[in-house]
Amino acid sequence: MINIIVCVKQTTDPEAPPCSFKIDSSANRVIFPAGIPPVISTFDEYAMEAALRIKDKVGGKITALSLGVNLLRDVVKKTLSMGADELVLLEDPAFADGDSWSTAYALSMAIKKIGDYDLILCGRQAVDWDSGQVGSGIAEILGLPSVTVARKVEIVEGKARVERVIPDGYELIEMSLPGVVTLGNEHAAPRYPNVRSIMAAKRKEPIVWKPADIGVDPAMIGSRGRRVKLTRLFQSARYTKCEMVSADTPEEAARKLVAKLRANKVI
Amino acid sequence: MERYQGILAYCETANGKLSPLDTELLGTGSQLATELGQSLSALLIGTDVGAIASEPLAYGASKVYVVEGPLFKDYITEIYLVGLAKVISETSPEIVLLGQTQIGRDLAPRLAFRLKTAATLDCTALTIDPATKRMLMTKPVFGGNAMAIQMCEVSPQIVTLRSKAFSPPVKDSSRQGEIIKISVAIDPASTRTKFLERKTEAVSGIKLEEAKVIVTGGRGIGGPEGFKQLEELAQILKGAVGASRPPCDNKWVSDNLQVGLTGKIVSPKMCIAVAVSGSSQHLSGYSGAKVIVAINKDAEANIFKVAHYGVVGDWKKVLPVFLAEVKKLVS
Ligand SMILES: Cc1cc2nc3c(=O)[nH]c(=O)nc-3n(C[C@H](O)[C@H](O)[C@H](O)COP(=O)(O)OP(=O)(O)OC[C@H]3O[C@@H](n4cnc5c(N)ncnc54)[C@H](O)[C@@H]3O)c2cc1C
Repeated sequence: MINIIVCVKQTTDPEAPPCSFKIDSSANRVIFPAGIPPVISTFDEYAMEAALRIKDKVGGKITALSLGVNLLRDVVKKTLSMGADELVLLEDPAFADGDSWSTAYALSMAIKKIGDYDLILCGRQAVDWDSGQVGSGIAEILGLPSVTVARKVEIVEGKARVERVIPDGYELIEMSLPGVVTLGNEHAAPRYPNVRSIMAAKRKEPIVWKPADIGVDPAMIGSRGRRVKLTRLFQSARYTKCEMVSADTPEEAARKLVAKLRANKVI
Repeated sequence: MERYQGILAYCETANGKLSPLDTELLGTGSQLATELGQSLSALLIGTDVGAIASEPLAYGASKVYVVEGPLFKDYITEIYLVGLAKVISETSPEIVLLGQTQIGRDLAPRLAFRLKTAATLDCTALTIDPATKRMLMTKPVFGGNAMAIQMCEVSPQIVTLRSKAFSPPVKDSSRQGEIIKISVAIDPASTRTKFLERKTEAVSGIKLEEAKVIVTGGRGIGGPEGFKQLEELAQILKGAVGASRPPCDNKWVSDNLQVGLTGKIVSPKMCIAVAVSGSSQHLSGYSGAKVIVAINKDAEANIFKVAHYGVVGDWKKVLPVFLAEVKKLVS
C-alpha cells in the first residue's frame, strides 16, 4: 500500500494550432483562445499514469492536487476519471500568477496538510510557462529526495526504482520513500478514462482549500510571492518565405525540388 | 548582508573534455563579466576533472574550482547539489550559469530553492539591465509560442542556457588563471538516492546534435517502415534521422531521436522535414537550422511558415523520387 500525491496543472491546450496562440503584449498576458478548452498539462497526465500503474501493482491511494483559479471541474476531474481517489484544489485568487517558487511553496504546504504520503509525482514541466521547477522545489521545501524526468517508476521492497532519462538511454536510480519524481513523455502513455469512471467522477466533488486552510502567508503565494518578475512577453515572428515547388505529379515535384536545391547549392 | 560578486559557470564536461555547451556557458559568462566589471569562474565536478582544470581558462574563466572524488562518479542529485552549494556558499557569486541538460535542469531548481533564490531554465538570451545591473533573462514559453523576459530579484541569479543558443568564444590557450581545489565531504550513508545502472543505446553513424543534415519524420510517416526510407536518405546526405514526438511515443523509433523542446536541440545546415506539421514544441528543437525543406500533404501545415522550400504532397509518392534523384547527384 502506498499513498501517492500527483500534482496537476490546468493549462491552455499546448496542441492547439500555433496560429491560434495570441498574446496581449501591453499587459504581458496570454489571450486564452476562444473555443479551445484548457487541459491538464501534458506531463501531469503522464504522472497520473505512473501513479495508476503503481497503484495497480501494489495498491494504495492516489490524491490529485491542483492549484489555480477558474479550475474547470470537467478538466481537473479527469484525474478522478483516470482513477485518482481524491481531488484537492487550491483555488483562490491569491494563488494566481505565481512563479515556480510561490507555487511549489503553496503545494508543499498542502502536501503537509494531506500528511500521509509516500510518493509525490509531478510532470517534468508545465506546458504553459515551461519552468520545470515545481517538482524539485517541493522536494527541497519538504526535504525529500527527487529524481526528475523519469520514464518509469516502480516500487521494489519499499523503495522507488526510477528510470531517469538521459540523452542516449536511461539511468536506474533507487530512491528511498518518501520522495518526489517528475515524469516525461518517455513514460507509458496516459490511459483513457472509461465511461463508467467518467460518470463516477461527475458525482464526486473535489475538496477545495483556501490559503488559510493550509496555513500559508498570503504574501508568500501567487503573484505576491514571486521571486522572478516577468518584464516582457512577446512573440517573435520567425516566419520565412517558403518557395513552394509544384508540378502536375508528386514525382515531378520531387525532381524539381532536387534540381532547385542543387541550383541553390543546398545539396 | 553577504555581498554577491562574480559569475560562476558550472561545466559538466563530457568524455573528459569540455562540452560545446560548456564553452557556450564560458563565452556568455565572460561577456556578462565584462559588462558588470566582474570576473568569471568555472566549476568542474567529477572523478578526474582535475586533468582538464586549465581548459576553462582558455575560454575566459580567471579561476577554476575543482571538486573531485570517487563520490562524483555517477550523477546523483543530492551529492552534486552539496558540491555545488558548497562552492557557491564559499564564493558568493552573483550569477550562476548551468547548461540546460539532464543534469543542469535537475540541479538548478533544487539549488535555487536551497539557496532561497530562484532559477530560470532554458534561457536563449541574457543581457544586463542598465538600471538595476541584474540579468534580463529571455526564455521561450508556451512551447516556443512566445518569449518571456524575466528578472530575478534575489541573489544569486541562477540560470540554465539552452544549447546552441549562445555562440562559443574563441579559444586562447595562452590565458592564465588560478585553479582552486575545494574539498567536499559527504557521508554516502546519508544519501537517499543510489545509482544502480546505466542503459545506453549506441548511436550508429552521425549523432543528431552534430549532424550537418537531418531528415526528420513525423506522425504522417505512419510506422517504422517509413523511417527506413528516411534513414536511407540521411545516409546518402551524410546526415542523421530525427523525429517529432509521435513516432517516439508510438515506438516507431527510439525516444533518443526526438527533436524539440523536450528532445534534442539540433542546428544542422539543412533539415528535411517529412510529414511533420511544425508544432512550436518541435520547431524549438531546430530553430538553428539554416535551411528547412518540408514535404507535407497539407498546404496549410505550419511547417510551411518556417520552411524555405516546400512540396505539398504525399511523402510516399514524393520521397522515393527525391531519394533517387539525390542518389544520382551524389554518386
Ligand atoms: C510540453 C510539450 C513538449 C513537447 N515537446 C515536443 C518535442 O520536443 N518534440 C516534438 O516533436 N513534439 C513535442 N511535443 C508535441 C507537439 O506538440 C506535437 O504534438 C508534435 O510535434 C506533432 O508531431 P507531428 O508534426 O509529427 O504530428 P502531427 O501534428 O499530427 O502532424 C502530422 C503531419 O503529417 C502530415 N501527413 C500525414 N500523412 C502524410 C502523408 N502521407 N504525406 C505527407 N504528409 C502527411 C499531416 O498533414 C500533418 O501535418 C510537445 C508537446 C508538449 C505539450
